[in-house]
Amino acid sequence: MNQSNYILETEDVNKYFREPVNFHVLKNISIHLKNGEFVSIMGKSGCGKSTLLYILSTMDTDYEGKLIIDGQDMSQLNSAELARVRNEKIGFIFQFHYLLPEFTVLKNVMLPALKLGRESEEEIKKKALNKLEILGVADQAYKKAHRISGGQKQRVSIARALINDPKIIMGDEPTGNLDSKNSENVFNILRSLSDERGLSLLVVTHDMDFASKTDRIIEMGDGIILS
Amino acid sequence: MSKLKVILDIAKTHLISKRKQTAVAALGVTFGIGTYIIMMSFMTGLNGLLDGLILNRTPHIQIFNKIEPTKIQPIDKVLNLESDLNIILSVKPKNRLERIHNALPLLSELRSNPEVNGATPQTTCRVFYVAGTINLNGAVNGIEVLEEARLFNFKDYIVEGDIYSLKRRKNSILLGAGIADKLSIAVGDNIQIINSAGVPFSLHVGGIYQSGLAEVDDIQSYVNLQMAQQILGEGKNYISRIHVKLNDIDLAPSISQQLENIYDIKALDINTANAQFDTGTAIRNLISYAVSITLLIVAGFGIYNILNMFIYEKMNDIAILKATGFTGMDVLLIFIIQAIFIGIIGGILGIGIGYGVSRFIDTIPFVTDALPTIKTYPINYDIKFYITGVAFALISTFLAGYLPALKAKKIDPVEIIRGQ
Repeated sequence: MNQSNYILETEDVNKYFREPVNFHVLKNISIHLKNGEFVSIMGKSGCGKSTLLYILSTMDTDYEGKLIIDGQDMSQLNSAELARVRNEKIGFIFQFHYLLPEFTVLKNVMLPALKLGRESEEEIKKKALNKLEILGVADQAYKKAHRISGGQKQRVSIARALINDPKIIMGDEPTGNLDSKNSENVFNILRSLSDERGLSLLVVTHDMDFASKTDRIIEMGDGIILS
Repeated sequence: MSKLKVILDIAKTHLISKRKQTAVAALGVTFGIGTYIIMMSFMTGLNGLLDGLILNRTPHIQIFNKIEPTKIQPIDKVLNLESDLNIILSVKPKNRLERIHNALPLLSELRSNPEVNGATPQTTCRVFYVAGTINLNGAVNGIEVLEEARLFNFKDYIVEGDIYSLKRRKNSILLGAGIADKLSIAVGDNIQIINSAGVPFSLHVGGIYQSGLAEVDDIQSYVNLQMAQQILGEGKNYISRIHVKLNDIDLAPSISQQLENIYDIKALDINTANAQFDTGTAIRNLISYAVSITLLIVAGFGIYNILNMFIYEKMNDIAILKATGFTGMDVLLIFIIQAIFIGIIGGILGIGIGYGVSRFIDTIPFVTDALPTIKTYPINYDIKFYITGVAFALISTFLAGYLPALKAKKIDPVEIIRGQ
């Protein structure tokens, strides 16, 4: 139990792509993420950092090795239990915003919490509006998600990632297609989440500027951890 | 509970945002169910009509005297069958009266039998209809008109006048339509007939009888039973046929057999008399079921197709839902709910359209000489078709939705997110 101060750890994770040719993508990846740590993963395109993130996020289960999130061994869980973990403990921010286009912004933020069902719909709504407020997009709450701009979408998806007060937030190039102002804005939000609420963050990025301001940088190359 | 609400909410949003596809899929169901209901209502309506023609009007058992040669000829009683041979040429039937022996006791016996709904006596007499110098061959049946009307829908055959005239006037006659045409006689006129002994009778035409078969209508007329007995110059016990209607038609063969064993008469049951009838009904039913089920299956494939496309369009949504913690089962439910919703909407509309069009067909004129009382196409408004239709709509949409939904359940979110 001396590892309980780690929110996320992996031991010798190996991943192979079998199609179109057998390819060893991730080689013996062992990383540890402390509670409240803000870590970025950097590396060239194709080095496997996104692949690693999908494994860490429990969405990809086709790997070898051990993955422990919040003290719980993920390899023991079935898909429904993994979905529960994603719902409750992990917040996602993707590069391409990934909102449900036909739902309102508010609904998009509320859905994971409604799924979790910990609070009443009324409370969830209040909380969602509050998150949107923090991210400065409260005025867009009742618009359909496909009607707002890219920067706004990304902020909405951060609000969605936060709705269930997750233990860890994972981002795949969260500032990847935002301008510098929005980028800065998003980084500051993430930074304050880490500093003020002690949230753990794991972000894959290309942005050197962004990475340099995080607590720790994990550098990857050709499927191995460089530093 | 609340989780189901979330899933319902997502399903609802999907359906509303894809209004056109939802409508098309629902219309597919509507068409299938509607046509099924129309087909079945119409086909079974027609079947019921044709069945009614036979079942309601034909006696379940007809009792008359058998005309046949004696089975054991006198010589058989004397000769030794093993060593001797007899050959009788031109065997004649046994000489018997046309009337049923002891008809009145038999009749009251039948009427008190709990299996028997009713029994009616008939007396047939050969007559000539007199038209100036021409005598037309004919037959007059004496009947108990009220019982005939109650048991065998006798009213259906009377196209003019009414059957109660036989009750009101003893010398009233319900004249065959063919004879009425030939003699230019209408209701209220008098007609002369002469019996086989040459005795003339003047009868008052109380109604016109039309069976739909020209050969019958050219010959047959109906009078009161007593009148017929008077024409024949016979007493009250002269009855040549007894028609029996049972409570359960399936008992007809066994009861007729029983009657033949007890009494010295010939009893013909409806199954023997109308053997082709059962086969016809069965085949007509088979055809209508085959066509209807084909229609419903085609509708099912339509739903399958549309839901399949639905799911391809929603790949992204499925990936997001799964990434944010919805399970495969949740996603499966979302799509099955959509399918069932389409089934319910389509089914309800289908009932409406089926009922509406059936109503419309019910008003289309359908005039035929064979069925004088039928004015429009017959429709059977059996609730059974509506229930079957909706049940099939739900089952087929469920199955049609289940396969694509299963695919959605198995979608790997990583592959979709990577594909972007």
